[in-house]
Amino acid sequence: MDFILQPWAWYIGGPLIAISLLLYFYFGQNFGASTNFETLCTIAGADKFSDYFKKDWKDRDFALMFVVGLIIGGFISAYFLTPDKSIDLNPKTVQELTDLGFTEVTNQYFPDEIFGEEAYFSLKGFLILIVSGIFIGFGTRYAGGCTSGHAITGLSNLEIPSLLAVIGFFIGGIIATWFIIPILF
Amino acid sequence: MKNIKFLILGIFFAIVLSKTQAISWYRFYEMFKFQSFHMFGIIGGAVVISMIFMQLFKNGKIKDINGNKIVPKPKKKGFVRTVLGGTFFGLGWGISGACAAPIFVILGFKLIPALILLFGALIGTLIYGVLSKKLPN
Repeated sequence: MDFILQPWAWYIGGPLIAISLLLYFYFGQNFGASTNFETLCTIAGADKFSDYFKKDWKDRDFALMFVVGLIIGGFISAYFLTPDKSIDLNPKTVQELTDLGFTEVTNQYFPDEIFGEEAYFSLKGFLILIVSGIFIGFGTRYAGGCTSGHAITGLSNLEIPSLLAVIGFFIGGIIATWFIIPILF
Repeated sequence: MKNIKFLILGIFFAIVLSKTQAISWYRFYEMFKFQSFHMFGIIGGAVVISMIFMQLFKNGKIKDINGNKIVPKPKKKGFVRTVLGGTFFGLGWGISGACAAPIFVILGFKLIPALILLFGALIGTLIYGVLSKKLPN
């Protein structure tokens, strides 16, 4: 039980993610997460705006079950499996974020400055989240995949489009963390 | 309930992401600043082991549950779509610390902000769907 409650090292996580991919393919489907955004749009009636969403979402019922699993797994993890939410960050990272005005940096998974009530009930905080979400949704569908579909499935299958997409992920992520975060905070 | 296995796999995957802190905003900040090996180890480790599985799929050593050969779908080609789309995704990922699967997992940790992110992601997907025929490939 002790092991379950401790944070897991990278060399545990990497193989367990690969096993998740293996099982997903073994169950007869392509591993990925972001196509679900399209499916959810279709269910919400997006086919009224574009033929792009004219698909039979019932073909993707397995993926929706996976999503329901992700949500349940998130609640189980949050309430039962992560009693210790402290994170062993690089001291340099802690110093940088503290200088930007972040508090409680090593004590939680998600910064109050973005995920706290005061943040998301403010206009600035709400915009940060909604615009990030729009970038994530638009970007992943334009690129044809997310971290699961491109960085893990695509790279391991030696797909050139996935390599290009991952380069794009890092261009965007570096611009965001090196330049945008210091402007926002 | 033939899809129950996907539900269980989803729960398992969410627990793995949560326990390895691969849903934490701080871990992705650290990654994009190249200040820690942790996320590179997780993603790199997953890729290297998955490469072995891909080889086993290709030479038919591992077949799917119905005994069929496993053939991963090829990805859509195009330089602009992958790099530019990837950059947009990276911007959202870098600022919010969330990518596609973690958004659903984070609902369990931080419900309202994750709902805002999810709502944004659906708007972004809708924008892509509407513009898809006009965007450069």
